[in-house]
Amino acid sequence: MTLSFLIYKVILVLIIFAITLLVATYSTYAERKIAAFLQDRIGPDRAGPFGILQPLADAVKMFMKEEMIPSVSNRMLFIIGPGVCMLTACMTGVVIPWGPSMNIGGTEYPLQITDLNIGILYLFGVISLGVYGIMIGGWASNNKFSLLGAIRASSQMISYEVAMGLSIIALVMTTGTLSLGQIAADQPGAHWNVFIQPLGFLIFIICAFAETNRAPFDLPECETELVGGYHTEYSSMKLGFFLFAEYINMFISSAVISTFYFGGYNMPFIARFVHDPNWLAVLGFVFLFTKISFFIFVFMWVRWTLPRFRYDQLMNLGWKVLIPLSILNLVVTGGWMMRMEIYHFFIK
Amino acid sequence: MITTYLFYLLSFLAIMFGSMVVLSKNPVHSVLYLVLTFFTIAGHYVLLNAQFLAAVHVIVYAGAIMVLFLFVIMLLNLNKETEPHKSIWLKASAAVASGSLLVVLVGSLKGASTIQSINAFNPNIGLIENLGTTLFRDFLLPFEVSSILLLAAMVGAVMLGKKSIK
Repeated sequence: MTLSFLIYKVILVLIIFAITLLVATYSTYAERKIAAFLQDRIGPDRAGPFGILQPLADAVKMFMKEEMIPSVSNRMLFIIGPGVCMLTACMTGVVIPWGPSMNIGGTEYPLQITDLNIGILYLFGVISLGVYGIMIGGWASNNKFSLLGAIRASSQMISYEVAMGLSIIALVMTTGTLSLGQIAADQPGAHWNVFIQPLGFLIFIICAFAETNRAPFDLPECETELVGGYHTEYSSMKLGFFLFAEYINMFISSAVISTFYFGGYNMPFIARFVHDPNWLAVLGFVFLFTKISFFIFVFMWVRWTLPRFRYDQLMNLGWKVLIPLSILNLVVTGGWMMRMEIYHFFIK
Repeated sequence: MITTYLFYLLSFLAIMFGSMVVLSKNPVHSVLYLVLTFFTIAGHYVLLNAQFLAAVHVIVYAGAIMVLFLFVIMLLNLNKETEPHKSIWLKASAAVASGSLLVVLVGSLKGASTIQSINAFNPNIGLIENLGTTLFRDFLLPFEVSSILLLAAMVGAVMLGKKSIK
């Protein structure tokens, strides 16, 4: 591990951190514009041309608002809650391959911070920790609505993690690796995993909606029943952290869906026109971001189209539909992979 | 060299968080300290080159079981007022019992010799490929039997959760 390698990694971490924050910031603007488009309105258009400075105005507003900490709350945990939420949201970007390796002056520069050989498990672990921020924040507020929101969030996350894990296991069976870099590299051209695992993809994207607490699964912050849900008592930038973490989670989920099922940085026919590895890396980065933008759009499209589930419907969908379907997917995948052995066993 | 320092740091943190689990008055704080203890133990697994075990430890213990613990404790809303008052005799006998356990443990560890392993230790055994091969080739039967144990536990939980058994 040389010094230049270390410096390169630090720079990469900073760039990806900055991009994550930038994308999350502009997702708030995109959300407003898409909501306006779907409801036949104009949306924010006052701050700057087409309102593109709106996120800045929002951020300034968030920072300038008065900070309220309820006197009956558990002060330390009340402050830690949004921090944990933000931390776990930012931790997942580490294992995502943002593009193929660059080659400058004979040295390989991978566009992935670290290619863990247990990348999927790392991702899954960080996702399962994400609920702590909401639970701690909701409980520490010492408010019944916040507590109900926190409890809804935790039971929802635990329920949907099971189906998500089972759909990922089917994917791991077909790819034969747990490293995200390897999964992205194994889908050249149009050999995307979505064609091999269509049912798995469907289950995964539904669970991703539930894990990010996005509509139609946003029961933890259901305003018609729970005032504001787990962040009822929060104000100023602490509230901003909770909301911002949701947008970061959405960005990372879109990146994970693109990498797992839609070829990551790969694009059909591109190897025929571009041969220079550095240009391929740059184009791969652009393609990945195109896919991510599309999935962020899908997240918003669904939010402004579908009504919210009722809580018993949510649990029924999770335990009685998605888990049996993902087990079926697992069995069918295993059967297809072992088809020659089964054929020989029964025919001969 | 750096792993030695990391080992001491992680051990110190594990013991500190572990004692905070017992010492903190608020049950929610106890659970959160227990989560931190699990993280330090996962760090120990990484130092032993058992990354799979570390990841699964975090997913299962910190990500699932402790969330359920926290869930139940938050619902019960335990705090200092609801804690039952324990008599001084109970506290004294608990101190004597745990103190004598400490004496026994220290005494037995003092006389123990270092275990010499018969097989040469394979440092890559904790990597996921080797672990999978070992589990599904050499220890297939125990591995599958343990899954029956889990199934039995699950059926039992469903039976207990049913409102009326006909």
